[in-house]
Amino acid sequence: MVLGPKWKGDGMSTLRASAAQFKNGIIKENALFVLVLGNCSALAVTLGVDRSLAYSGGLAFVMVGTGIIVSLIRKITPNIVRIPVYIVIVAAFVTVVDLVFMAFLPDIWDLLGIYLPLLTVNCIVLARAEVFASKRGIALSVADALGMAFGFMLAMLIITIPRVLLGDGQLIIFGSTVVTLPTLSDQPIKIFVYAPGAFLVMGLLHGLFRRIGVVKSE
Amino acid sequence: MSNLLAIFITLAIIQNFIVVQFLGLCPFFGVTKRLRDAFSMGVALIIVMTVAGAAGWIITEYVLKPYNVVYLNNVVYILVIATMVQITEMFIKRTNATLYNSFGIYLPLITTNCAVLGLLFINLKEEYNFAEAIFSSIGSAVGFMLVMAIMAGIREKLDIADPPRSFRGLPQAIFVAMMLGLIFGGFTGVVKI
Repeated sequence: MVLGPKWKGDGMSTLRASAAQFKNGIIKENALFVLVLGNCSALAVTLGVDRSLAYSGGLAFVMVGTGIIVSLIRKITPNIVRIPVYIVIVAAFVTVVDLVFMAFLPDIWDLLGIYLPLLTVNCIVLARAEVFASKRGIALSVADALGMAFGFMLAMLIITIPRVLLGDGQLIIFGSTVVTLPTLSDQPIKIFVYAPGAFLVMGLLHGLFRRIGVVKSE
Repeated sequence: MSNLLAIFITLAIIQNFIVVQFLGLCPFFGVTKRLRDAFSMGVALIIVMTVAGAAGWIITEYVLKPYNVVYLNNVVYILVIATMVQITEMFIKRTNATLYNSFGIYLPLITTNCAVLGLLFINLKEEYNFAEAIFSSIGSAVGFMLVMAIMAGIREKLDIADPPRSFRGLPQAIFVAMMLGLIFGGFTGVVKI
């Protein structure tokens, strides 16, 4: 073997730690249901599977980008101005996502409206930059960002699917109708696409996850 | 004038920031456990949103648009908000120490409140003039405080209720938000702009 045991061991441990960190964000520290961060967008955007996926993709890009930069400059950032520094980095990446969506996904960009630029103040990004990336190396920070974003995407889909099914009666993914419910597609329960329906689904899911023990009850 | 009033009522009640547009849910669920805290947060938000709304409009019209860099709005707005929160904080600290103490941690937290940044985006998107921007800022902030106060009042009463264990705390609060959303949604169509 060319690689000594020490090298191999180091590489493996970083890899394993990164994998653990990635998994951590999916259920144990799920951004939406456990940490309860970034609710605003989760409720506003979950009106279609495409939209939720696109938004989560944007979030993943912003989180990974921010994680890398914050982790790189963690030793030279003066402690007293770190939050403004982080938020400007986040805003820069959000601008990139906003412009890319405007150019290549104009339909979805239109539907997302002000919620796409509002990624800047999505608490998860800043929270992970402050709590995690500012103290760890790049590999771990990227793994954490990806895990958080993936967990967020799953949570968004869990909210989106019942809302769309009940509110529209049919599930449309990338232009093709996947599921059509018999009666509901003629007379959908419209309240689920409006604001109260979002809160209802969210509240029920929070209760459910506490009931089955994914999240601790208060 | 009627136009300004329409904007005010629309943003305060019909398109309420919290329960209809989902902006600023973090303080909504976090700070509404006691009525006093919710009220302090609401007042702080009215001050900051008015100041930031005015500053944001001025910067958009006299800096971003003349130099054709409106696409930088995200970075610029977040800096404007952070600065305005800082200035408001220093001003209140100098002039009214009691008020400052009652705000505590909530004032700096406003920087990352979706509501303030969302307001600036709405003002930009709707292309409001200065008076309209001011009225939309005050209107949305008043609506924000209104819902925060209602929510805190209900939650204080709910403390003595006995829901199933898994629905205690946050899920229960979300259901209250749902009912408020139904109520505020009922005002749809009252005002036409």
